[in-house]
Amino acid sequence: MTDCKSLIQELADKYGRERSSLLPILQGVVAKNNYLSDTCMTDIAKELDLSAAQVFGTATFYSFLDTEPRGEYVIRVCKTITCDMHGKKTIIQALEDMLKIKVGETTTNKKFTLLETNCLGWCHEGPAMLINDTPYSGLTTEKVHDIISEYINK
Amino acid sequence: MSEQTLKRVDLIFGEYSNEKYKVLASTLERTNEDILKDILESGLRGRGGAGFPTAMKWKFTAETPSDERYVVCNADEGEPGTFKDREILLRVPRKVFSGMAICGRVIGAKKGLMYLRGEYKFMVPELMKELDSYHEHAKQLGLDFTIEIRMGSGAYICGEESALFESMEGGRGEPRNKPPYPTTSGFMKKPTVINNVETFVNVLMIMRLGPDQYKKLGTTDSRGSKVFSVSGDTPIPGIYELELGMSLDRFVDEFGDGDTKAVQVGGASGFCVPRKKFKDTVIGFEGVPTGGSMMIFNSSRSMYNVLHNYLEFFEEESCGQCTPCRVGCQQLLKGIVAVKKGEKKAVYLEQLMKLSESMKITAKCGLGQSVANSFSSIVNNFKEEMIY
Repeated sequence: MTDCKSLIQELADKYGRERSSLLPILQGVVAKNNYLSDTCMTDIAKELDLSAAQVFGTATFYSFLDTEPRGEYVIRVCKTITCDMHGKKTIIQALEDMLKIKVGETTTNKKFTLLETNCLGWCHEGPAMLINDTPYSGLTTEKVHDIISEYINK
Repeated sequence: MSEQTLKRVDLIFGEYSNEKYKVLASTLERTNEDILKDILESGLRGRGGAGFPTAMKWKFTAETPSDERYVVCNADEGEPGTFKDREILLRVPRKVFSGMAICGRVIGAKKGLMYLRGEYKFMVPELMKELDSYHEHAKQLGLDFTIEIRMGSGAYICGEESALFESMEGGRGEPRNKPPYPTTSGFMKKPTVINNVETFVNVLMIMRLGPDQYKKLGTTDSRGSKVFSVSGDTPIPGIYELELGMSLDRFVDEFGDGDTKAVQVGGASGFCVPRKKFKDTVIGFEGVPTGGSMMIFNSSRSMYNVLHNYLEFFEEESCGQCTPCRVGCQQLLKGIVAVKKGEKKAVYLEQLMKLSESMKITAKCGLGQSVANSFSSIVNNFKEEMIY
């Protein structure tokens, strides 16, 4: 994990130290560290001269700003209606079998976290998932197998 | 189907002009009054779903005295069944930036912001490339209007305009009380025009074609074309640009799989129309409005499951700020589960309907207010499926 303090300073130099800089900074930390630790949020509060509660309040509002430790690759499977209709359950099953974890869990090697999420905007090509920022659509069990194998070998 | 075939339009996704930012350049030679007159004349209404007349929004913002004004492009497309803004931004980003720039000139703003949903972060590198090119051209044209991209982080409610401002200001995405409206107090409490991605492209097309030619598309109440996101039980899912004002019957003829039972028009917060009403349902502001989401369900689908999925969605995405929405969504979900399990009698559905109606009047923002749309249209039209 990158050292939080220097990362925060770097991000604050880039985005500013206003209240409106808070979201980009939180997003920047998550992009590097996969999640926001309590210390990290306190450090952000100090850097932007906000209360820790304000930072925590904003961070916990957004589903992509994780405040619990996450794996290097966060897999978010869309569970909204059309993806659900087109076999989301099979996809989740395939992922659970491959990664040996349940939805909400992280693999012991801290490489993968499996989550469900709301509409990703790939309704015409469901089922769909995001791995960090990369979208994958038109998923089948085979396709999931190929994609995850690639990530395992990364 | 011959004449009955839906008219495919190629306005939004049509080719760029030969020269980069040519339409923007020619538009900037005109006066603000002239530009506004054309937009008003075209009858353009917002493409995000609510349908507010675009020219009025711009005019009100321009008329509010202030040292600063903002243009915001709402690209936080989160409505289930909607993916047209992503397609527009992937295929014709230049048109979007041009539309924002025209707005900036008309209302006297120097800064534009695009709020892009976190799920679309993969698009940022390409958008930044086009944005660099935009800034170069703006400089050459002597236009003092810069555009910045801000990211969302996975919150449906941030598509609500005032929640979006809160989010860009670094807060929780909780909607504000209205009034004041964004035209007087928006981003940073300054007068702000906030429009959907597609609306900005429409503005550019009106500038290119002139209002008279633009008006030839659509009906009196719904001018122009609309980009539809078609998904669900259809052999041809995808993005289609169609004229507004068509009947749902014709839409289903073209996109259904021959066994269509219902169409959800306008996403989870829109209306569910059963087969028997297809003929009398017009897609447009005079009938059932839509931000573009069209989800088709065939007879193999349980409408109970559909409603259950929507309610789970709303329960999670409710910001939790106001009681009617926070508790209402939870109770509606619990309620239909209880009826289905037989723990509550079927008449309990009536009580749930009343609850959704109360949410419509008392919830603070569009999310809580619109849960009743899908709830009552599904429960009313498919009551047996809710009970047995």
